[in-house]
Amino acid sequence: MKTDNDQRVAGRGLRQSMSGLHTWAGLLLGWLLYAMFLTGTVSYFKEELSQWMRPELPRLAQLPDPAVVAQRVADEIGMLAPGTAQWSLRLPDTRNNAVNAFWRTSARGPGQRGFEEARFDPVTGHKVVSRDTLGGEVFYRFHFQFYYMPVVWGRWLAGIAAMFMLVAIVAGVITHKKIFTDFFTFRWGRGQRSWLDAHNALSVFGLPFHIMITYTGLVTLMALYMPWGERAAFKTPAERQQLAAELSAFSQPGKPSGDKLPLASVEEMVRQAQARWGRDNVGRVNANNPGDATARIAVTRGDDARVSMSPQYMEFDGATGKLLAVHDGVGAAAETRGVLYALHLGRFSDVTTRWLYFLVSLMGTAMVGTGLVMWTVKRRAKLADPARPHLGFRLVERLNIASIAGLSIAMTAFLWGNRLLPLTLENRAYAEIDLFFTVWALTLLHALLRPAKAAWVEQLWAAAALLALLPVLNALTTQRPLWHSLATGDWVFAGVDLMCWALAALHGVLALRTARHGVGFGRTTRPRNAEPRSDDRGAAAAAATGEAAR
Amino acid sequence: MIALTHRARSTGALLARIVAALLGGYALAALVSVAALALPISKPQAVLTGQLASFAVYTAAVIWVFAVRSAWKAWAGLLIVAAALAPLAWSVS
Repeated sequence: MKTDNDQRVAGRGLRQSMSGLHTWAGLLLGWLLYAMFLTGTVSYFKEELSQWMRPELPRLAQLPDPAVVAQRVADEIGMLAPGTAQWSLRLPDTRNNAVNAFWRTSARGPGQRGFEEARFDPVTGHKVVSRDTLGGEVFYRFHFQFYYMPVVWGRWLAGIAAMFMLVAIVAGVITHKKIFTDFFTFRWGRGQRSWLDAHNALSVFGLPFHIMITYTGLVTLMALYMPWGERAAFKTPAERQQLAAELSAFSQPGKPSGDKLPLASVEEMVRQAQARWGRDNVGRVNANNPGDATARIAVTRGDDARVSMSPQYMEFDGATGKLLAVHDGVGAAAETRGVLYALHLGRFSDVTTRWLYFLVSLMGTAMVGTGLVMWTVKRRAKLADPARPHLGFRLVERLNIASIAGLSIAMTAFLWGNRLLPLTLENRAYAEIDLFFTVWALTLLHALLRPAKAAWVEQLWAAAALLALLPVLNALTTQRPLWHSLATGDWVFAGVDLMCWALAALHGVLALRTARHGVGFGRTTRPRNAEPRSDDRGAAAAAATGEAAR
Repeated sequence: MIALTHRARSTGALLARIVAALLGGYALAALVSVAALALPISKPQAVLTGQLASFAVYTAAVIWVFAVRSAWKAWAGLLIVAAALAPLAWSVS
């Protein structure tokens, strides 16, 4: 027997159930997705941001020969960490003025491995002396694992959010019968319709990117999310090693022989890699058991001239310097994964492509943001008493303010902290992160205490002010003010300063528009049965006729 | 009273769909990723193929669960596909 309810559900149709799915899948983790999207967007300039956050480290006007740099830093690590089982260094490139390296330290406990990391000056080979900061890594790590929780939990949370995103995107596409027409429709100043049109335009224009970035995001951590095939297929460590070799140029160091033999010339090995891939297209140098007769060195290909993260590397006998093997291909599925991975990270990009990534990703952020705001805009019109909305509505409204406007404030405050926190502060890098989250929490408090519209306007202005003054702060606290970086062609510093002003302008415009129209406080969202104030009657009547005429 | 039972029924149906989407969808995706081992390619490639495809399966399962007319149908669909894949997954693990 069919109940009324069944029939009602049946009558609602596919589009409506997809619309519901889109709304709720989008809302539930929407705030997290917005933060993931924005921090991810910024991470396309991770290396540049890291440079900006270490102003003591001079810009590399010319890239030194990577082969010489590799030898220099390998020697230095050999002195800093003699007897380490493994080290790895990433050579500097046009975006990165330091050599990032890490090495294994003795085990902290049974079954545990310790790592130490450092940055080296490519010119001197010595450890970089700069303020203690994680730089652009902070937003990058937040983007997929968050903070204040175990890394694995964070990554699962990011994965769940990404799945919600993927479902919201597909459901959103099905909801739209006229996706193409809608794209060319924009109704300004019409309250809910304008929000919907903005959301549509942002979503549809970037649709291929949004789907790609969400799916490839899941692919980057798929071994964590879907371990079942791997568990069923492989019973021995040797079999598992076969899979690992398809994914990465890193391998586990074998048991050292105990015969001490110094490393052969790393410079010479990198020269061979340069001959193969180009002078400035060598990525990392990885060493297993350096200083032992069993030493192995892998020199990997750089990110240029191919869109794949699949491992390509030359393997050398570390003691003799003899080339053992060239790994330049993996299986079809592994290559597919490598390409999807590379598409997500965008490391292959030249400057133009990188800016395109940044802008479309910013549109994705705005897509999530407009979606969140629309949830309140749609429901405000239906509230029984707009002056006193129910708890769920207020919660969404306030979380929107803190997670959209508040995040801009917190991220900018983090950069202020980089310039203002005392250099001698203990655990300074983590103090910067704590500052970021403290400010973010304060914006939530502010959003909860102030009337919604005032909270939006105040926070947007605060973000605009902090962004606009950051170049000034930079000029006051470093030797690299904007006029200097413009004059010397230091585009990393000039770029950050100018970007701050562009974003300040964006926040200023949003603040002005919100002050004038409100975020969904516009006239079309006023409930029809609301009694206008007596002095407002004429205007309301005129508006009503206008509405009818449309 | 009748309104109340209807309400309870529709809430129950919605919950059944949500569970089908979140857990049933994941289980089906996981099953597909294991069944991929039956593909006539090397094991590492099969594992990766299964992982790569699994999120598309998950998404499709969630859309199915909310697209069909009843929670019963949603679960039935997932179970039929799972039943078809189970022998494959069983044979390779």
